[in-house]
Amino acid sequence: MTVRVGVVIFPGSNRDIDAVNAIEIAGAEPVRLWHEQASLESVAAVIVPGGFAYGDYLRAGVIARFSPIMRSVAAFAADGGLVFGICNGFQVLAEAGLVPGALLRNRGLRFVCRQIAIAPERLDSPFTHLVGERRPLRMPVAHGEGCYFADPETLDALEREGQVLFRYVHDDATPAAPGDPGNPNGSLRAIAGVSNRTGNVAGLMPHPETASEAILGSDDGLLIIRSLVESAAARAAGVRATDRQLVVAAR
Amino acid sequence: MATYRFAVNVTPKPGILDPQGRAVEGSLGHLGIEGVSDVRVGRRVELTVEAASEDGALAVVDRLASELLSNPLIEGYTVDVLSAASSMLSAARS
Repeated sequence: MTVRVGVVIFPGSNRDIDAVNAIEIAGAEPVRLWHEQASLESVAAVIVPGGFAYGDYLRAGVIARFSPIMRSVAAFAADGGLVFGICNGFQVLAEAGLVPGALLRNRGLRFVCRQIAIAPERLDSPFTHLVGERRPLRMPVAHGEGCYFADPETLDALEREGQVLFRYVHDDATPAAPGDPGNPNGSLRAIAGVSNRTGNVAGLMPHPETASEAILGSDDGLLIIRSLVESAAARAAGVRATDRQLVVAAR
Repeated sequence: MATYRFAVNVTPKPGILDPQGRAVEGSLGHLGIEGVSDVRVGRRVELTVEAASEDGALAVVDRLASELLSNPLIEGYTVDVLSAASSMLSAARS
């Protein structure tokens, strides 16, 4: 059975089509989830895509956080479900407190839209286990508020707990400090992506879904989407196995 | 029930990089203005609350300021109580 991966669509989402496309390339079935619905339609994972949800009014991601679909996504995440926020989706998850930290206005004050390089910090996460040896991973950023911020104690805790998933890097895959050309927004400790403490929810500012075909300039991002899809399939199979055990036990 | 008018002022917390404030500060030289520092750019939200008492109205404002209008990780806020006259004045100005 093909694994079903949800893509949340807010008014103002604009990378949902890219997410749907990448999910299909990765061999899964995309399921569009409208912001006003509460049902996740039995998907095995959820992508919160990029864009400008609700016009980014007030603060990027904050209005979206209170939508009916996000309440369901939060419950799904609390239950161990896989949730991946990309760009504006990362901002939504951060505002919702589903991943730590906040995304501030880019240090240079400008909207940055260009190809950048990142490297995974760990390969044993549901979002990176298929990345392999390829370094750095090239994919675009396109955001005005991507400067990752958390207080020093939180940053230390993130490093200690292995919650830093990706960093912006130079061509030689070493971290690009705030102010370096390889760090597009001034993110502290070059952090491009983080996960929650339990590792099932992650946010990433760059766009792996847009770098999912060689014809688009890079297919490095597909390694991340494939990791997510395979992890979702494994989890769905695990849940089904548990269901079967319960049925057997009930007999 | 009565209506109360408030202003919520949201600003970046001390220590949080505020590139907008820095850009404003950097532009002051072009105006020939000296001696201005620590510019912080935030936002001001004005709103009217219907409640039984001013304390009750303030509690509502406090909740929406902390849960929606500001992100406690990066921003602080203050609440000003506006008199009806002052809010009419600001309406007349705009």
